[in-house]
Amino acid sequence: MSIDLSQFFEVFFEESLEGLDVMESELLNLTPGDLDNETINTIFRAAHSIKGGSGTFGFTHVSDFTHVLETLLDQIREGSRELTSEHVNLLLQSVDCLREMLGDLQNNQETDLTNATQLKEKFELILSGEEQSSNVQSPAGQQQVAIEAQTDHGALDTYEVVFKPQHHLFKTGNEPIYLIEELAELGELDVVANLELIPDIHNISADECYVTWTFYLETDKGEDAIKEVFEWVEDDAEITITLCGGLFGDDPVEENTANEPSASESSAQTTAASKNETKNDVSPAANKAASKAASTESTSIRVSIDKVDSLINMVGELVITQAMLTQLGEGEITENKMMALQEGLAQLAHNTRDLQESVMRIRMLPISFVFSRFPRLVRDTSQKLGKEVELKLLGEQTELDKTVMEKISDPMVHLVRNSLDHGLETPEQREEAGKPKVGTVTLNAFHQGGNIVIEIMDDGAGLNTQKIKQKAIQNGLINEGDELSDDEINELIFMPGFSTADQVSDISGRGVGMDVVRRNIQSLNGSIEVTSEQGIGSTFTIRLPLTLAILDGQLVTVAQHTYIIPLISIVESLQIDLKMVNCVGGGLNVLRLRDEYIPILRLHQIFNHSGAIEDLDKGLLVIVESDNQKVGLLVDDLLAQQQVVIKSLEANYQKVEGVSGATILGDGRVSLIIDITGLIKLAGLKKAGSTELAIESLESEEA
Amino acid sequence: MEAVVDELLDSADEHQEDNICQFLTFMMADEEYGVDILAVQEIRGWEEITQIPNSPTYVKGAINLRGTIVPIIDLRARFGLPQVPYSSVTVVIVVKVGLQSGDKIMGIVVDAVSDVYSISESDARDVPDVTNTENTEFVHGLVNVGEKMVVLLDLERVLNLEFGASKN
Repeated sequence: MSIDLSQFFEVFFEESLEGLDVMESELLNLTPGDLDNETINTIFRAAHSIKGGSGTFGFTHVSDFTHVLETLLDQIREGSRELTSEHVNLLLQSVDCLREMLGDLQNNQETDLTNATQLKEKFELILSGEEQSSNVQSPAGQQQVAIEAQTDHGALDTYEVVFKPQHHLFKTGNEPIYLIEELAELGELDVVANLELIPDIHNISADECYVTWTFYLETDKGEDAIKEVFEWVEDDAEITITLCGGLFGDDPVEENTANEPSASESSAQTTAASKNETKNDVSPAANKAASKAASTESTSIRVSIDKVDSLINMVGELVITQAMLTQLGEGEITENKMMALQEGLAQLAHNTRDLQESVMRIRMLPISFVFSRFPRLVRDTSQKLGKEVELKLLGEQTELDKTVMEKISDPMVHLVRNSLDHGLETPEQREEAGKPKVGTVTLNAFHQGGNIVIEIMDDGAGLNTQKIKQKAIQNGLINEGDELSDDEINELIFMPGFSTADQVSDISGRGVGMDVVRRNIQSLNGSIEVTSEQGIGSTFTIRLPLTLAILDGQLVTVAQHTYIIPLISIVESLQIDLKMVNCVGGGLNVLRLRDEYIPILRLHQIFNHSGAIEDLDKGLLVIVESDNQKVGLLVDDLLAQQQVVIKSLEANYQKVEGVSGATILGDGRVSLIIDITGLIKLAGLKKAGSTELAIESLESEEA
Repeated sequence: MEAVVDELLDSADEHQEDNICQFLTFMMADEEYGVDILAVQEIRGWEEITQIPNSPTYVKGAINLRGTIVPIIDLRARFGLPQVPYSSVTVVIVVKVGLQSGDKIMGIVVDAVSDVYSISESDARDVPDVTNTENTEFVHGLVNVGEKMVVLLDLERVLNLEFGASKN
């Protein structure tokens, strides 16, 4: 009976990736020299189950690789090897490497083995060092477990041939060495001689054969060819031939008694490997691994059982309420019943709200899922930068929507890297400034209103307002004479193309950072702010809605249509003073508002609605901001502000320019949610350079 | 007509045996059109609708169908027929169609619903090959029911709103 294993692949990947996460976090807890057995055991167990799983499912690359890793861990566990920081680094690298391999397997991509092979070589080097020393202690003839592993050799088959001649083999006129030579002609041959049966020197008889052999033959000739070689000795020896296929990637260590050049050969291999190592010492780019990991986002979600239980409770209550209402609905409605009915409806409303909340909670995960990747990141980055950093994580249990979480992780990585690279000073600078040598980066998450707030704080040098201002003037973002408050200056770092780093490093400083961070956060309907004090540190505050399914909206009317503007993008709403309105070429009206020129977009014109208020002074102007660009939307009236549930318009229709989705209002009507960025694009407004606004004539677009 | 219906109801049990499909027919500009009844989700009266900005004229807007946003297509406008004011008999047939971009639920506005016919696949005739008329691409086949002729619509084509291809 054969079982289709592929149905378990998803579970295997999930478990293995979880195992890798565990390994990673435990590895970070390891301190060389101070060995905690429990930690090592946890790592070992995780590695072991990955190895076991991948072996079962036929992912030999993974199991081979994990095997070496496991061997090292085993030795550390048994105490036969001292744990060094080099080991920890190597193990962390192999966690990355395994993650990549698993990701490739998950996406059915060809696995790139160069990385794995390099790492494996390094492990083997460490282990072979051990082997030599252990050989000295251990009795000769003891066989070490095969450690040396090579990558697969194409379509060749590997046969394991166990050849146990009887003692009288020589007397029948057979010479094993000839057999071996003949075998060697069939393909690549590895010979392991077993010397255990050789008796004491006093009892040895020169014409008897005491040695048995195990051959590993890699050949494309087939089993019959091997049998042919042994044809003449069949009766005088025990011969078993087994096909190992590609499963035995492991080639045994050579331990030949007869003419063997193995000693010199293996030492040559070792030197070659060490050369390899020095050449390839550059660790793989960490962000490569990160991007890979992002592409393999799993689609399943783990929900704690108490959330499900509370959901079931809630449904139970709902069923009871429903039964009650049904009962009330039967028969004639009396005044008494009327009262009970109203009560029942109130209860129903209550149940529904509870149910809604619990369902939302299912999608919520603690933010520790994101936070957990930072200890590693901080460790690696600070090592690279030669800075001493302590990472503090607060509010790890704060929950937020899974989708939001997946999207916030990259911007956060960027911010933390920035803090490490630009924010914190080197230990020497810190000591000079009278601060503790070890810098602190704090990640803090908490709920505030309907939002989640994530703070990234460092106690570094803070933003250098002087430098930022200079740079901004240099880049033409502001003018020399502009008077800006410190906060306004700090805001400038979110402008595209801005970087104050004197030196572009591979960690940060290319100036394609903060604007992308801000845009990513804005696309989640969130916002980011920075506060900073020179010499004390800076704090980045990210504010995000708890879920993407609900949005705070401002209802506006245009003609008889009701639209919703996301509250987060609204700066202010005002009545237009006609004196402040200028007309620039192409029929575009511009409002002067506190030293800013704000283009006025007529919503009815963009959306082609007739019957709206067209006079600027009779309508209302809603100033909205998107991508650091402010525009005013002319609407007829402002209605209420309310939370709206976002519904997809695309599901049954298609993308509509300037509209991000739809929602259903209290009275059951559909209302469309305005996408500010799309609207600006639709209006043909664009940023030319940094100061001027150009408009393509609306008429030509309408025609 | 009633006789026809009765006859059809009698044979209702045998539907599965032959290649017989049931079609919901509706009236539009005195013509009778039919759509596969399995695609029909429900039939609703005309109600107030939310316009979708910058959409083609035949897209009347979107309605809230128990929490789902459903776009409404005016079939008269889609076929280029003269518009008539919506009245109490104007109905919206909510259909589910499998388009390239996935299953979509849409509503079509027609003058009035008419009947349900069982029609054997073999009875349907191809449309005369008149290449000049754009609307023939929407027609799946023609079928005679008694004295009348029913135009069977290819909903996938009718509701494929890739605007580039459609006239506007």
